[in-house]
Amino acid sequence: MLTKRIIPCLDVKNGRVVKGVNFQGLGDVASPVELAKFYSDCGADELVFYDITASFEERKLFTDILRETASQVFIPLTVGGGINTVEDFDRVLKSGADKVSVNSGAIRNPSLVEEAAKRYGDQCVVLSADVKRVDGVFRVFAKGGRENTGMEAISWIRDCVARGAGEVVVNSIDTDGVKQGFDLEMLAAVCDAVQVPVIASGGAGSVEDFITLFRSVPGVDAGLAASIFHFGQVAIKDVKQAMLVNGIPARPV
Amino acid sequence: MIVIIDYGVGNLFSLKSTFSALGVQAEVSSDKNDLRTADRIILPGVGAFADAANKLRDSGMADAVIAEAKKGKPLLGICLGMQLLFDKSYEYGEHAGLGLIPGAVRPIADRIEQGLKIPHMGWNGLQITQKTPLFRFINNGDHVYFVHSYFADMPDNYVIATADYGGTLTAAVQNGNVYGCQFHPEKSGAVGLNILRAFCETEEKAK
Repeated sequence: MLTKRIIPCLDVKNGRVVKGVNFQGLGDVASPVELAKFYSDCGADELVFYDITASFEERKLFTDILRETASQVFIPLTVGGGINTVEDFDRVLKSGADKVSVNSGAIRNPSLVEEAAKRYGDQCVVLSADVKRVDGVFRVFAKGGRENTGMEAISWIRDCVARGAGEVVVNSIDTDGVKQGFDLEMLAAVCDAVQVPVIASGGAGSVEDFITLFRSVPGVDAGLAASIFHFGQVAIKDVKQAMLVNGIPARPV
Repeated sequence: MIVIIDYGVGNLFSLKSTFSALGVQAEVSSDKNDLRTADRIILPGVGAFADAANKLRDSGMADAVIAEAKKGKPLLGICLGMQLLFDKSYEYGEHAGLGLIPGAVRPIADRIEQGLKIPHMGWNGLQITQKTPLFRFINNGDHVYFVHSYFADMPDNYVIATADYGGTLTAAVQNGNVYGCQFHPEKSGAVGLNILRAFCETEEKAK
């Protein structure tokens, strides 16, 4: 039986993981390679590396880090951040990424999804959408959630899947950082609209939030979180344990 | 020495890295002459069947792989590389494969319940159906990582493991010294490394 996935997300800047991390027994807590290994050993089903650098030099450093991680960590790696062209896909895929997530790059140029899917296959292209309710309507936001594009989110996501996005990360700006649980209503709406895997992001604060997510929205395939894992508030192995106890298919640690 | 065949489809970085992690010498090569001197051969692959089969044939690799496999050299096909081992595929038409294992590659949709997502993507448990050297370091039920939209429809006697996804899908196959994994051992954590380690220790067999 296909299991529901638990995915930690690492924001990487200047070759370091941003957002404080606090783990015992981890020599260098800000080393993406060390942290990736740690999560892999803890039962993470996949990792997301998010490149939040801007300059060319820093981007090269990110690619080096990615290569080093991929040579030591043998679970799927998704890379996002600064993906604007097919050349960007090429750069990270050659450095060991298995999937590439596009967000603002797809908003600026929707044919990017199509071109990348044609060249690398649908399974390689992940659409990441930052979504927020505005006057009761789900809207797509760009530039890290700062700018309302005015586009209705469900039709945007459906459109990108039709263009070849093989997976969708739904990041609810409304629940992000609140730690009161995932945005079940938004996720259910997306799951009803598309037939590709949906990854929930934004709002996880506890082990129970993951259980509620998979119970309430059976169409969701994975739960993604960052700070709660990094700060040690929630341990991935506890999430896995609780999933198994609650009859949710999980890959045991 | 293990030779990982490079015929222009897919990224071989992770695969090569797994062998470094196992302490096994592996080389990525697009030269068909290297297959002769290899101890074992890995046939990787992602993408479309017809494109991959053509590239394999045009490069002369197809004939070289078949010749080495028939001599008894251990061969492991991974994902699309596994699908290429069969007689034919019905992915967008009908295309010939290498014919090293009897069977045909068909859409998953033909086999599984309606309404399930395709591709079959993520971690699924292996149901080991036959004793095989490939699984000597893993256990029944261990999870591995899949990404595929087509499956091998074949006689049970060559199936060594299946996965349940609203129907039974072929997960791994063996015909003597020719092995195949539909999943990605190079992305399946410790379980995957143990499968590759076992492959490195398989013995040559006369066929």
